[in-house]
Amino acid sequence: MPAGLPHTPLHPRWYRRRMPIFWWAHQWVHARFILRELTSVFVAAYALVLLAQVRALEQGVVAYTQFQEWLRTPAVLILHAVALLFVLFHSITWLRLAPRALVVRLAGRRLPDSALVAANYLAWGVCSAAIAWFVLVP
Amino acid sequence: MPETINLEVFRYRPEEESEPSYQSYEVPYREDWVILDALNYIKDNLDGSLSYRWSCRMGVCGSCGMMVNGKPTLTCATFMDPPSASWPKPVKIAPLDHFPVIRDLVIAMDDFMKKLKAAKPWIIREEDRPVSQGEYNQTPAQLDAYKQFSMCINCLLCYSACPVYGLEPRFIGPAAIALGQRYNFDNRDEGAAQRNEVLAGDEGIWQCTLVGECSVVCPKDVDPAAAIQRYKVATTMDWFKSMLLPWGANRA
Repeated sequence: MPAGLPHTPLHPRWYRRRMPIFWWAHQWVHARFILRELTSVFVAAYALVLLAQVRALEQGVVAYTQFQEWLRTPAVLILHAVALLFVLFHSITWLRLAPRALVVRLAGRRLPDSALVAANYLAWGVCSAAIAWFVLVP
Repeated sequence: MPETINLEVFRYRPEEESEPSYQSYEVPYREDWVILDALNYIKDNLDGSLSYRWSCRMGVCGSCGMMVNGKPTLTCATFMDPPSASWPKPVKIAPLDHFPVIRDLVIAMDDFMKKLKAAKPWIIREEDRPVSQGEYNQTPAQLDAYKQFSMCINCLLCYSACPVYGLEPRFIGPAAIALGQRYNFDNRDEGAAQRNEVLAGDEGIWQCTLVGECSVVCPKDVDPAAAIQRYKVATTMDWFKSMLLPWGANRA
């Protein structure tokens, strides 16, 4: 029934509750969810830094050297360390959710969730190792 | 071992008060009692005016869902642990979150019933086969494709666990989408396009931000979060096909 109408035996007045602003702070599972959503900010920040790096590279040696020096400043290093933690949290929780979205069948049987998550982590590990090798090995 | 346990029960009597309150009841503690047994004890022995829904007492009818210590729970399937162990004392019982309260622990389900109907949870055929041709047979694999989603008992625990529904009541919600998918995955059904209009629309699957709690609280392991995410993947694939493939428009 619409709010505001008086109570009658045939039309009882419903009590409507509203969610508090800090609803996510009451339970760890909700706080974890909000943290996961927040990680997207750091993923976006990483992407912006990468774009800025490409732009500096395009502007020449001097600009690129300056950019690299800026990357070595303590504030940027701390920012990267924090961002790395958030991005790791994002990747771990995201890959763990894959079985919710994917059903893989092998020889007529559904692949168990744990196998799907393990395959995701393995692929992530291999990709990360390949990129690390490409970037770090001279 | 304590002989009694204290229950704090949400009370709302619209003819008497405009704001709800909690009322304490001391009930015997018995190892083999579920929360619903304690509520029935209150109703029979302490306070006949307490209102709540229940029916089957065996986790099938889906009527006795309530918030027990802040968690959406089927009260007929939740034992009263001794208060000294994992349960804080007293046990706090409230109506399911995110729904209007009619009285005490009784919520109004009207919104869900409207949404459930909009999801068209029944078999839709473009042309019905005459009865003389017999039933539609299915292989075990075809049954397996949707069986999990058919186990939903409409207990609404998933809606109560979903902060998206709490914040945006227009969201069609986990159970309605899971039940829509139950028929989308059924090889006898041809109504996916009709359901798409509602389930993949503004108030459908894209409202979901995958908190995942709907699947955690589901007493029947329906996994509504999976139903929603698989729907997202399917509609995204359809969109790409319609954009990229020359014959894709016909497939979408």
